[in-house]
Amino acid sequence: MIDIERDPQTADEKAGGETPFRGMGETASMDTAQAQAPEVTETVREVIFDVKELQVTYPNASAPAVDKISFEMGKNEITALIGPSGCGKSTMLRCLNRMNDLIVGTNVTGQILYHGEDLYGPNVDAVQVRKRIGMVFQKPNPFPKSIYENIAFGPRIIGMEGDMDQIVETALRRGALWDEVKDRLKDNAFGMSGGQQQRLCIARCLAVAPDVILMDEPCSALDPISTGKIEDLMIELKQDYSIVIVTHNMQQAARISDKTAFFVVSLDENDNRTGTVVEFDDTEKIFTNPADERTEAYVTGKMG
Amino acid sequence: MSATVDAPRVAVQVIPPADSRAKLRERAFEAALIFALLISLAMLIALFIDVFTKGLPGLSPEFVTDKASAFPANAGIATSLLGTLWLMVVCIVFIVPIGLASAVYLEEYGTDYADQRTWTGRMIGRFNTFVEVNIQNLAAVPSIVYGILGLAFLVRGPLDLGKIILAGGLTLGLLVLPVVIIAGREALRAVPSSIREGSMALGATKWQTIWRQVLPAAVPGVATGVILALSRAIGETAPLLLLGAATFNTQNPSGIFSAISALPLQINTWISAPGADFQALAASAIIVLLVVLVLMNSVAIYLRNRYEQKW
Ligand SMILES: Nc1ncnc2c1ncn2[C@@H]1O[C@H](COP(=O)(O)OP(=O)(O)O)[C@@H](O)[C@H]1O
Ligand SMILES: [Mg+2]
Repeated sequence: MIDIERDPQTADEKAGGETPFRGMGETASMDTAQAQAPEVTETVREVIFDVKELQVTYPNASAPAVDKISFEMGKNEITALIGPSGCGKSTMLRCLNRMNDLIVGTNVTGQILYHGEDLYGPNVDAVQVRKRIGMVFQKPNPFPKSIYENIAFGPRIIGMEGDMDQIVETALRRGALWDEVKDRLKDNAFGMSGGQQQRLCIARCLAVAPDVILMDEPCSALDPISTGKIEDLMIELKQDYSIVIVTHNMQQAARISDKTAFFVVSLDENDNRTGTVVEFDDTEKIFTNPADERTEAYVTGKMG
Repeated sequence: MSATVDAPRVAVQVIPPADSRAKLRERAFEAALIFALLISLAMLIALFIDVFTKGLPGLSPEFVTDKASAFPANAGIATSLLGTLWLMVVCIVFIVPIGLASAVYLEEYGTDYADQRTWTGRMIGRFNTFVEVNIQNLAAVPSIVYGILGLAFLVRGPLDLGKIILAGGLTLGLLVLPVVIIAGREALRAVPSSIREGSMALGATKWQTIWRQVLPAAVPGVATGVILALSRAIGETAPLLLLGAATFNTQNPSGIFSAISALPLQINTWISAPGADFQALAASAIIVLLVVLVLMNSVAIYLRNRYEQKW
């Protein structure tokens, strides 16, 4: 049934692809569109993060690690941060949930508006920020406890109401892990495969019902199959969460993200490295028709 | 057209013959290593043979349950063993919270407070360094010095506790506190920072992270450190002697306010007493002390192998 329904559409697309010049047809459809009510289906893009002129300087560093970073991230979007290593992608990401606060003496200037509120405002508590903005790290970092306890830890500390068994099950289901672990919830998380551990970390993060999930190269330590599973999971999670992902993998960024920010690192006169964003745009544009030649060189693999 | 032709296969000696002098030197070196090992092993075996031949015949259940006595035939170690037990109780209650709290401060908070951008931060940084260096130094201070400290501040002086087990246990606790702090810091440092970050990223506070993730993960390491510290404290004689503990005490201690008695003190008394009977008693008591020490160290090794987290 489904196949039959989809068939004509596919055929149409194919026909369209095969005949690039459809001048007549196009004009006709445009005319009808104008003739009817100007019903442009307008999707409102809700901005979650508005980063303005962000500059981060680590303690004892003589130059900022990142500087003049400005871009916006939208709700239910996957935003990819790409660029060569050391260009400040992780630094940028860790500002979004104030993890950089843990490195005493780190100086953050500029502004990050989260739903319009200044994330670094004087009355904002970093602990409260992290309850809303979760993070998944490069290397899976399960706690040395049972699978169940790994998930239950977050809900417990934030005093979440409800049946803990239910909370754990829901989180594991959302993390696409339930079927694999439902019979061994009491087992130590260290006995899982790397890919399962990373999905556990994602599920752990989902258990506290965040608004945004930050991921710092979540697949770089995983095999292609596990990577595929996590990519599928991210696309699914996009329905309910906004995701920012740092990735080294160009295909990954192209496959899953909606927007892409391309970072480069520039050297000042004293060879201090500072990362900046060269280009921020729709992922499709970045990968097919980038505005900056450095972006083009990077996405086509001419620059490491 | 070019063809490849195999070169004629003629044996040529390319590898030089063995250097017999180098080989000899190597053997000599190995022999020296084994000899060094054998010396310490031989000493240990000699000690064991001596103690066991003298002490084993006198070992009996009564020897453990009998009180101290001036008559060798009636003498047992009940008094001193109980004293040692109470000393260890005081010691544990003192060193675990204080040692662990110090370790947590130095590992988890010290660098955070020492924010180099502020004046107070720099002062705290200096204070931390000062404390760290001195803990290392204190671990190397001879135990008798702790006896002087205990006498001046606990037995007499400000606290004026008298020659009681509480004072003795605290003195032994001070003696091994640096060991506990150092072991605690190592155990905390062994917990990877990714665990702390993972916890904080879920919205846990620093205290929640330490109390519910870092400390539980560090328990095996801390427990091992505490047991090794106790096994050092249990054999200490000099500081207790300096506190003025009675060398002859026939009253079984009933708690931390009883007069100090301890197994090594009893051994010391018997060894100094004239006559083969007392020497045999000393040897028997040494066997008991050795057994206790071996048990404690076995527990430490077991804990380490069984529970220590492989990251
Ligand atoms: N904790 C830190 N302290 C000091 N410098 C740091 C720290 N973390 C990262 N840096 C520096 O900041 C720069 C950017 O690093 P990072 O954000 O990790 O880059 P990326 O994730 O793009 O590889 C690097 O030059 C790095 O050396
Ligand atoms: Mg990085």
